[in-house]
Amino acid sequence: MADAVFLAISVLTIGSAIASLEVRSMIYGSISLMVTLAGVAGFFLLLDAPFVAMFQISVYVGSIAVLILFTVMLVRRELLFHKIEDPRRRYAGIGLMIVIMLGIGTIIIGSGIKSMEVDAPSVDFKEIGKDFLTYYSPALVVMGLILASAVIGALTLARREDVTNEQRTD
Amino acid sequence: MSNELIEFVLVSVALLAIGIYGLAVKRNAIRMLFAIEMIVNAANLNVVAFSRFIPNSQGQTLALFSIAIAAAEVAVGLALIIVAYRMYKNIDIADFRSLKG
Repeated sequence: MADAVFLAISVLTIGSAIASLEVRSMIYGSISLMVTLAGVAGFFLLLDAPFVAMFQISVYVGSIAVLILFTVMLVRRELLFHKIEDPRRRYAGIGLMIVIMLGIGTIIIGSGIKSMEVDAPSVDFKEIGKDFLTYYSPALVVMGLILASAVIGALTLARREDVTNEQRTD
Repeated sequence: MSNELIEFVLVSVALLAIGIYGLAVKRNAIRMLFAIEMIVNAANLNVVAFSRFIPNSQGQTLALFSIAIAAAEVAVGLALIIVAYRMYKNIDIADFRSLKG
């Protein structure tokens, strides 16, 4: 059975996931997205994967959430509080959400994974490091190249060519 | 280890459903990016849960790669939103008219 820590983290995660989409101010929305990502990191800790949990905290909570927060601050104020959505589309979306939850939920409950038990010790993170540097080392290099190209692409996209240095000084 | 696999998988299904709801309903570009983040996190949670219960270390490796790729995706996505905001002075995706095929 689920213990209290699991229930608390799941309520926090799902509640703040709903809040980040539904709260009126987008700044509070991005802060509750941060709480959702931290909650997923808590799940990783419960799953005996501390390395992935720390990676999640440092990448998601530390950098992505801060990046989103700064982008939200760059957008004009009245757009942040302005909610534009069709009520009919909204009800259809809620219906779709419930259908997906019930559909996939019944399939999963009906499948055999309920009886799955674990008695093996958790995976040591030394094994992950060994995997990274031996079998997955080409993938690691490709991932580094992807990250570098993403940074260069983001800088190129967000650069303004109409502002020159002379204009910036006045 | 008192928790069962099915509980983690159900939480991940709930996150996925909320993310799909956000993608279907919201017209604000930044909120759609929030929804994409939730879907990616649901997938990561699922992968790590299965890797704990099988047990196998490769699920955690895949989750680490996935988190790093998601970081790159968010950086490029936010840059695209900033460029579109500069062009149209709005972040409503219905206003991005010239992006229609």
